[in-house]
Amino acid sequence: MVLEQVRLPPFQVLVDEHWRDVIRLARALAGPVDGDDVAQRAWEKAFAAYPGLTSAKNLRSWLLTITARCATDVHRARKPQTPLDDAPPIAVAGPDAAEWPDPDLWQAVNNLPERQRLAVTLKYVGDLDHHGVAAALETTPAASRRLVSDALATLRTKLGVHHD
Amino acid sequence: MTDLESRLGRLAIPAGARPPVLPAADVSYALHDTPIGTLLLAIAEGRIVASSFGDEETMTTRLARAISPRVLRQPGALDDVRRQLDEYLDGRRHSFDLEVDLTLATPFQRLVLTDLPLHTSYGRTTTYGRLAGEIHKPKAARAVGTALGANPLCVVLPCHRVIGASGNLTGYAGGLDAKRFLLNLESKS
Repeated sequence: MVLEQVRLPPFQVLVDEHWRDVIRLARALAGPVDGDDVAQRAWEKAFAAYPGLTSAKNLRSWLLTITARCATDVHRARKPQTPLDDAPPIAVAGPDAAEWPDPDLWQAVNNLPERQRLAVTLKYVGDLDHHGVAAALETTPAASRRLVSDALATLRTKLGVHHD
Repeated sequence: MTDLESRLGRLAIPAGARPPVLPAADVSYALHDTPIGTLLLAIAEGRIVASSFGDEETMTTRLARAISPRVLRQPGALDDVRRQLDEYLDGRRHSFDLEVDLTLATPFQRLVLTDLPLHTSYGRTTTYGRLAGEIHKPKAARAVGTALGANPLCVVLPCHRVIGASGNLTGYAGGLDAKRFLLNLESKS
């Protein structure tokens, strides 16, 4: 079988089209202080891996997956001795906290179990569908849907939002 | 979408956020404004691979396919190329001190373009027919014209010095005004 050659677009196209998406997701997952660093690291990893990619489909989803993994690394680095779900919440307050809208909501998101937090953020900040979220979390779309649903239920309870 | 879901999607990027800073690309390029139009200049492994009037998307896609997909807009890597080009277009320089790479050229274009600086000289024109004879393809004047028309290294490889047998300028990728500008520039010196 002859494999069709993968025609990847120039990396500059990815940067121009998606750098805002990456920084948004990074800040949502790692907080406004560490978010910029996570975004930078995600781009460096993507740049290093780019020529070896075997598909040019869903490059945005691929970038956001890398971003989510870099943000998870930051979580682990913060408290490596504790289980991930017991890690302390990301501090929303910080030097640029004034830029952070809806602090109660994001504090509640940061208190979610890790996979729920990733799933709900990838879905609504990354604007990925359940297939994209599932690919990023290496799970099934059905499981991704469940994680998002559970996260929303927890957020509603925590925030006292019952009548959307 | 519920209110909670829309609140989650409302997170804005902060004012002042910047694109990432990345390591040196396999192919660095810059858009450079000159008196003859905007040129896309590109360099790979220290050699110039493009000096083209083509649009950014078309040219960077060609570079990504021919050399490496790690193509980035990194003007700093092109400082020397831009300086030499500006000097040339100001009339202060008559030749380029640049290593060229004809990866974007077809085999026939390489045959035509490789020795072009030897077959022409600053301030003097030649014809498509004469150039075809120089490369031992005397019947290939039209093919030579086509090859020059798609020169990926405009100005650096001086295809503007090649004109029709009648003395007409014929075509140029940057337009006839650009070709006229370059020939006038050289004739003044």
